[in-house]
Amino acid sequence: MIRVLLVAIALLASAPAFAVEPDEMLADPALEARAREISRDLRCLVCQNQSINDSDAALARDLRLLVRERLLAGDSDEQVIDYVSARYGDFVLLDPPVKPKTWLLWFGPALLLLIASFGVLRYLRRRQNAGAPVPLDATERRRLDALLREVDDSTRSSDAGHTP
Amino acid sequence: MWRRRLLFMLPLAVFGLVAAWFVAGLDPDRNPAAVPSALIDRPAPPFDLAALVEGAPGFSSAELGRDVVLINFFASWCVPCRIEHPLLIDLARTRQVPIYGIVYKDQPDAIKRWLGELGSPYARVLVDPESRTALDFGVYGVPETYVIDREGRVRFRFAGPLDAETVELTLLPLIESLRE
Repeated sequence: MIRVLLVAIALLASAPAFAVEPDEMLADPALEARAREISRDLRCLVCQNQSINDSDAALARDLRLLVRERLLAGDSDEQVIDYVSARYGDFVLLDPPVKPKTWLLWFGPALLLLIASFGVLRYLRRRQNAGAPVPLDATERRRLDALLREVDDSTRSSDAGHTP
Repeated sequence: MWRRRLLFMLPLAVFGLVAAWFVAGLDPDRNPAAVPSALIDRPAPPFDLAALVEGAPGFSSAELGRDVVLINFFASWCVPCRIEHPLLIDLARTRQVPIYGIVYKDQPDAIKRWLGELGSPYARVLVDPESRTALDFGVYGVPETYVIDREGRVRFRFAGPLDAETVELTLLPLIESLRE
């Protein structure tokens, strides 16, 4: 038990391993922190499901250096991201932008939820209505009485048939 | 009554849509990992590169726009580059289009040896020491081939080794139409 706990604590306390090499880091810790933040949302195009922070690919290193160079040149975070996406397209962004082409991506799940809740609502309402019995109107009443009388008559006549 | 029947058809319609979506996903020509180029129909990024061989002329973006040209990023360590190499040699021999080769992350000596062994299809071979030009083009691997039109705009990008089919059916017709 204690061993499991120790492993869990070690896993929780350990920092994620970055691919950022010491020689790439900026001397200014504030800028370096911004570079890490930006790099987290930039996709390494060689190993597509890693950010450039995490990737050891040569291209990721180039992009990390590029991000830092732009920061040193005084770019804002958005300017750096625009600079990279102007070259590599939206594909490089792990956080896709909201625009007509990505509306389905962003709003599709909400749309599905809306349609589904509409369906569920309709279903529930219908079931509730079905639960409360509607009283018969005058015509239905008369028809039912006539039918019941018919049944009564036929049982009586069949009974009579059995009487010797 | 017909409304009810229509409702019963709904699952079938949904199934049809989903099935069509999946069938489209099975298209062998579809590569979900392909990265579309951000530069299509935009001016080629500015660059000014030195030649691999000292004393030979370099190449800069100012020289683009005179004719349709191919820009090919390659490296001697890149196996797919070796695969597409005979096709480039063929293009160069038939003088259909000038090809400019930009060396990607490689040693000059290694490239010289490689070209000496296989022959050079390139009008000029340029070096890109910090990979800056590659980054500006949005290169994410080698080989990559770009078609630049007569106005200096990027019109086509092919990532990976060119194959005979792409050259015949896409590349050459495109170059032809850009020259008209």
